[in-house]
Amino acid sequence: MSTPTLEGHSSALDAAENTAAHLVAITLRVRRFNPEVSADSEWVDYQIQVDPKERVLDALHKVKWEIDGSLTFRRSCAHGVCGSDAMRINGRNRLACKTLIKDVNPDQPITIEPIKGLTVLKDLVVDMDPFFQAYRDVMPFLITKGNEPTRERLQSAEDRERFDDTTKCILCAACTSSCPVFWNDGQYFGPAAIVNAHRFIFDSRDEGGEQRLEILNDKDGVWRCRTTFNCTDACPRGIEVTKAIQEVKRALITRRF
Amino acid sequence: MQIHTYDTVIVGAGGAGMRAAIEATKRSRTAVLTKLYPTRSHTGAAQGGMAAALANVEEDNWEWHTFDTIKGGDYLVDQDAAEILAKEAIDAVLDLEKMGLPFNRTPEGRIDQRRFGGHTRNHGEAAVRRSCYAADRTGHMILQTLYQNCVKEGVEFFNEFYVLDQLITEVDGVKHSSGVVAYELATGEIHVFQAKAVIYASGGTGKFFKVTSNAHTLTGDGQAAVYRRGLPLEDMEFFQFHPTGIWRMGILLTEGARGEGGILRNKDGERFMEKYAPVMKDLASRDVVSRAIYTEIREGRGCGPDGDHVYLDLTHLPPEQLDAKLPDITEFARTYLGIEPYTDPIPIQPTAHYAMGGIPTNVQGEVLSDNTSVVPGLYAAGEVACVSVHGANRLGTNSLLDINVFGRRSGIAAAEYAHTHDLLPLPENPAAFVEEQVTRLRESTGTERVAELRNELQECMDANVMVFRTEQTIKTAVEKIGELRERYRNVAIQDKGRRFNTDLLEAIELGNLLDLAEVMAVSALARKESRGGHYREDFPNRDDVNFMRHTMAYREVDETGTETIRLDYKPVVQTRYQPMERKY
Repeated sequence: MSTPTLEGHSSALDAAENTAAHLVAITLRVRRFNPEVSADSEWVDYQIQVDPKERVLDALHKVKWEIDGSLTFRRSCAHGVCGSDAMRINGRNRLACKTLIKDVNPDQPITIEPIKGLTVLKDLVVDMDPFFQAYRDVMPFLITKGNEPTRERLQSAEDRERFDDTTKCILCAACTSSCPVFWNDGQYFGPAAIVNAHRFIFDSRDEGGEQRLEILNDKDGVWRCRTTFNCTDACPRGIEVTKAIQEVKRALITRRF
Repeated sequence: MQIHTYDTVIVGAGGAGMRAAIEATKRSRTAVLTKLYPTRSHTGAAQGGMAAALANVEEDNWEWHTFDTIKGGDYLVDQDAAEILAKEAIDAVLDLEKMGLPFNRTPEGRIDQRRFGGHTRNHGEAAVRRSCYAADRTGHMILQTLYQNCVKEGVEFFNEFYVLDQLITEVDGVKHSSGVVAYELATGEIHVFQAKAVIYASGGTGKFFKVTSNAHTLTGDGQAAVYRRGLPLEDMEFFQFHPTGIWRMGILLTEGARGEGGILRNKDGERFMEKYAPVMKDLASRDVVSRAIYTEIREGRGCGPDGDHVYLDLTHLPPEQLDAKLPDITEFARTYLGIEPYTDPIPIQPTAHYAMGGIPTNVQGEVLSDNTSVVPGLYAAGEVACVSVHGANRLGTNSLLDINVFGRRSGIAAAEYAHTHDLLPLPENPAAFVEEQVTRLRESTGTERVAELRNELQECMDANVMVFRTEQTIKTAVEKIGELRERYRNVAIQDKGRRFNTDLLEAIELGNLLDLAEVMAVSALARKESRGGHYREDFPNRDDVNFMRHTMAYREVDETGTETIRLDYKPVVQTRYQPMERKY
């Protein structure tokens, strides 16, 4: 029976287990907009006390629950898997539930805005329908021909690994709404839709690659990408988004995938 | 108010709702009403896998799976339903693969399988590899795959439509479902959906606990809607506490971590599960492991300055294995705790995870109005429902299975019902209840705050009806919940607007949580035995003579408007397995 050496406790573990209350005062500077009240949006500051190990989402909840119940944002799982709470935090697209206060310089006001390029409906809530429409347009489902096999389709571990990265997408829109091309032209499919096309184009079981590539060969398709890497920086799942887009471009040229 | 008419309406777009929608849309005019965009549902947070006796990596068969499910549920499982679950599991996994789900693969290219708690070879001899998985994001892949296939089938979604009421029309003295009433979050508008068949697939109710793996949005909306209409809730006292939640945060760390070889240790570094479950050790069923953890903590062997947690130790596993098989949960440890699981053990504690109880159904998904009768046109599947395949304690990987098997069954059954039946007339003023509820909350000038009441409820539940319960603690909870329900009448919100009023939404959700917390506590008080997830320190043994039966809780209102909960009991369906003492 192996036993861990307790003397080997790292300082990180000691810090994680430290329960001493350690609250700091922070300012959340939130871009607020409610068309029922005013046609203009405005910055509103909220002073609150938080533990730096808490999430930005916890801080937003603190404002909503203790100061102003009308502050509106989407959230659900609170640990980075449902994709509800993508927002611009200090000018960068992130999930509020995956961003800790200590990591966004709590000495300065923390700015929070809705993601860009999609119509703001109220506070941090944007209209996601155009985003999901672009996703639907790339036919994001397995396309096969012929009869179904009796058992599972076989796929080697290597073939499965080929598209592993792009299966991680949670459709949070952090990538698409960080893309300067998407900001300037909402017709562009955007990185998330291309990521989801990639997930099928490079799946050895799929036979719809040509159809999807034709869709992405469109004037609003993959060639609009200017390789700024904003999407890769923004992805909370660590997907190499720009690389996936490049692979789709290459597949369009070589027709090999 | 708008009125819509459909054959089949599905409430909820997680795994069960979308699996039902794929079937129902092929067969009938179907609408899916969902509080969240479909891909936000909490199915996506499930990690470890989906059980099926594919026997891809070692000998296995569905009869062993049936037995494990029944034993895991401490014999409160309806055995006919468990048999269906285990038998149809194989096709359910193969169907998902054919829909495109990227399972991990064996060297031969087949779906890979791994060990999971309570799943055994030949009735308990040793752990068996039965969980089909996609890294540690199997639920994410199921949710995405089902949504992709909903896109393919052209399923019609009403996103951010929150169902607040179930419509009942009596025909010859029998309650029938005639539709639902929904609140559109974007506009504040109320919509009546008249439908021949309604399927609830709206998920669990874990948010009445503080330390929970559940999403903020899991507030028992479906259970509360039917319960308010006089329909029963089954076995609500049985709630699962998952052994490995991140300490204090409750974020789930999959049992697959122990399936891959992870070990639970106390402050002395001891692998304590060897004492409690000599054969299965860290892979005993979840109720057994959670009690063991709290026993270690209570006896002074917990870790950290307050001794209030234990460790999940993965440090002996190769980093490549963690990267390939457990990438998400190791990242959670880095993100939320700032520790490196390659070299440090992860502080964990049990976290409120899953409601075994819910809306009672038969194996076709038809909702019961009492022990034997069904409510024509009304169906339920997934965590909102109680078939009962999980009995007193669900096995890991059986919930992703449940949503697929019974989601599919209810989708087919509801659409077929819609084909052979006409729309029923709606009750008079169908939206009256919801209009009154929304207006009252929006216009209330009361002094109570939603967040304060919810916080008091969660603290009360954690303190009194979690892993260990006694008559005293449960009575404390019942009393406190009664007080909170009283104060809830005086609750007010700050956002008086119509557009995306999440302040109002949270107030309604709190009302549902309070109703269901009361049902849970009252059901737990009456069950004077210990079975599965319900552990009574004052009655530490299972009592098959008096309690081998399902609890059925009904809301009753007398002439003065006073609400009470009436408890009744329903026999357990037993086929071939005689109850035995449960050892792992």
